[in-house]
Amino acid sequence: MRPLDALAKVCGDVRPGEPAEGVLGVEPALVAAPENVTEAADVMRVAAENGLAVVPRGAETRLDWGAPPERCDLLVDTHRLDGLIEHAAGDLVAKAEAGLPMERLAEKLAERDQRLALDVPLPGSTVGGTIATGAAGPLRSLYGTPRSLVIGLTIVRADGQVARSGGKVVKNVAGYDLGRLFSGSFGTLGLIVDATFRLHPVPAATAYVVCAVSGPEDAHDAVQTVLHCAVAPSAVEYIGPSGTVAVLLEGVPDGVAARARQTADLLGENAEISGTAPDGWGRYPDGTTLIDISAPPPALRDLLTLLGPDIAVTWSGSGHGHVGLPAESTPDEVADVLGRLRDALGRHRGGAVVRYTPEEVRGEIDLWGPVPALALMRRVKDQFDPDHRLSPGRFAGGI
Amino acid sequence: MEARLAVLAARLEELLGAGRVITDPVRLRTYECDGLTNHRSTPAVVVLPDTAEQIAGIVRECAAAGTPYVARGSGTGLSGGALPRADGVLIVTSRMRRILEIDIPGQRAVVEPGVVNLDVTRAVRPHGYYFAPDPSSQQICSVGGNVAENSGGAHCLKYGFTAHHVLSCEVVTPDGEIVELPADGPGYDLLGVFVGAEGTLGITTKITVRLTRLPETVQTLLAAFGSIEAGGGAVSAIIGAGVVPAAIEMMDALSIEAAEAAVRCEYPPGAGAVLIVELDGPEAEVAAQFTEVERLCRDAGAFEIRIAADDEERALIWKGRKSAFAAVGRISPAYIVQDGVIPRTALPQVLAQIDALSAESGVRVANVFHAGDGNLHPLVLFDDAEPGAEERAEAVSGAILDLCIEHGGSITGEHGVGVDKSRYMPRMFTDTDLDTMQMVRCGFDPDGLCNPGKVFPTPRLCGEVPGVRRGAHPYEGKADLF
Repeated sequence: MRPLDALAKVCGDVRPGEPAEGVLGVEPALVAAPENVTEAADVMRVAAENGLAVVPRGAETRLDWGAPPERCDLLVDTHRLDGLIEHAAGDLVAKAEAGLPMERLAEKLAERDQRLALDVPLPGSTVGGTIATGAAGPLRSLYGTPRSLVIGLTIVRADGQVARSGGKVVKNVAGYDLGRLFSGSFGTLGLIVDATFRLHPVPAATAYVVCAVSGPEDAHDAVQTVLHCAVAPSAVEYIGPSGTVAVLLEGVPDGVAARARQTADLLGENAEISGTAPDGWGRYPDGTTLIDISAPPPALRDLLTLLGPDIAVTWSGSGHGHVGLPAESTPDEVADVLGRLRDALGRHRGGAVVRYTPEEVRGEIDLWGPVPALALMRRVKDQFDPDHRLSPGRFAGGI
Repeated sequence: MEARLAVLAARLEELLGAGRVITDPVRLRTYECDGLTNHRSTPAVVVLPDTAEQIAGIVRECAAAGTPYVARGSGTGLSGGALPRADGVLIVTSRMRRILEIDIPGQRAVVEPGVVNLDVTRAVRPHGYYFAPDPSSQQICSVGGNVAENSGGAHCLKYGFTAHHVLSCEVVTPDGEIVELPADGPGYDLLGVFVGAEGTLGITTKITVRLTRLPETVQTLLAAFGSIEAGGGAVSAIIGAGVVPAAIEMMDALSIEAAEAAVRCEYPPGAGAVLIVELDGPEAEVAAQFTEVERLCRDAGAFEIRIAADDEERALIWKGRKSAFAAVGRISPAYIVQDGVIPRTALPQVLAQIDALSAESGVRVANVFHAGDGNLHPLVLFDDAEPGAEERAEAVSGAILDLCIEHGGSITGEHGVGVDKSRYMPRMFTDTDLDTMQMVRCGFDPDGLCNPGKVFPTPRLCGEVPGVRRGAHPYEGKADLF
């Protein structure tokens, strides 16, 4: 039986792929959109029986991240897996299917004044894609990234077996935490079909304190001032090239008002209190090359010095940020910035990973930089996907 | 001692020097158990390394000899995670207790695994910081042990577990390599799965922890209720109001009685349950929320509320709670400390079911719990002099875990699976779930020598992966391209 027919027997939505659906130019032979976990498992099983290379797809907001797959025989599209399975408001827990868009999840949770405390830098992105790419924004300073908020995960393995880890309680140390392992694994270990999250209440009040800074030294001082004071911000961001330090405060109305004033006083006369986020907040910096950086707070000064005043950057007080390079950057220029970032951040035990960049640049640079424990990662990959059929070649070290 | 172990011990002594290898049977007995004393096993050899390189050497020697090994920090674990192997080596990290770096601008510190949890906080408190995970044993437990167990504590309701406060670990892998596992590096989040793997994936030798800013203020109240149900109602109301307290702890009448007998904590007489609620953060924030918590407690039927005016009064409020486990010794010759989790909203129902279990079996159960996150610590009481009593207590204790699973909870919230609960894992997870978790283990430790027999009821045979590749690795020579 042809793979298409075999897939059509187990899944209600299977068709040949189209050129426009290419993953970084690699056109999928087939596309299957399972409707539930059983269909997803059957699709993965048929893929295994037919030796198909599988790339999961959510809303395509980050399908151009990483390296192109070596092969893509089958795109497994999660758009029909879009249910909110459970919202246990009293327990501050929700279970959602992988294809559910983050905004729709947020709307549902907001009905009970709750939220999943993750920013959504790219509108439309799904629950599964957010986990698979470890995506987060400014709120990561206080609430962490998907790895901190996923408390249960259901995946389909390369061989079509369904496996769960964690559960639906926040406090749980039974067994290995595959939720953390799968966060940021870019579809190379298995297909994420649903996830259970820890939720937080929507704060009664929020305020932003926004302060223009002039240069790396000033930015460093402003950030350090906020980090070491007692206002307990939910997020501290640097946004460039505008040169803004912004602080998010969340809580009860009186408390937020008082803390905002306190923060503004600390930051000096340039600081303003606002009810809305400043431009660039929670978004990736503009550009056709996006570099994900790990840069602890003491590295901010070096980071901004090497980037200069014109390069777009967002950086969070948690020590993580993004650099955007403009379309006109040549491969040499990208390689140069990347090399200098790795040198400078490496001294602070940070690093830089290219998320996306034009094709002509991609071939000329090392997207990942040094990957610690790569041999161990490969051995884990070999266990989960011995035939290397899941998003092959998409990930660090050619995994 | 078996000849091959004697050979190994001699090699380890060459590696570590005299005095760092223990083979004397009397001295070995010191290490026969961890905090869970009903499981005992005297290790064949105990080693006391000082450095990561030494641990790497020990692991390589063990691997070459095919000898299992177990890492141990302070030995305070409550699931037998550091239970030694009679045919193996116990690697004790308690000599590795240097705080290597304190980086206040970067809000982090680098410590060796044997550093005591509270010592991190003591070292950084003058700078206005602390290390947030606060297991009850924090005065003696080690950070390495916290990493292995993903330790929590009363305040993890707001601040999360060890996994949320570890930025990187240097690890000796089961093949004796020293590698760094950062939380925020390229590639898989191996740190994420390493933390909480109960020492089955390798041994951490250096830990970069996140430091948390000390809150501007802390407010603590104790509310007394006529019944557990009323106390549970207050918990639901507080969480429902959108308040995230630093901690919410509850004790039932029997555990209050025990605490009273042991430490005279002078909780309100006649209370069927007491609730301790602690809020921390900026003053303006805490003041408003504290008033609301107080009101919600009264609305839920609290007949007495005490508010700590200062640290001394706060310590008094916590005294009863913190002493509760040990205090139960005052009202029962022996007891089992259980650790299970339920969805918070199931609290009244599950407690009623525990009551029923207790009534049916005649086994008394005192309840102490982290009510905010549904983490129950039922203390199952028995008289070890009475034939069959321990078995009956074990049965009740196991039935409580079944209740937790039935309600969608977990068999352990913070004590870990270890040897104690591996038999319950198949009740919570399918064979495929467990097999999938063990794929990680096979990736790290294909020979199964690193803390074997813990967490999983049956080991996976790592060689049995269909299609496993032999010979040259398909990535060979390719990785440098990326």
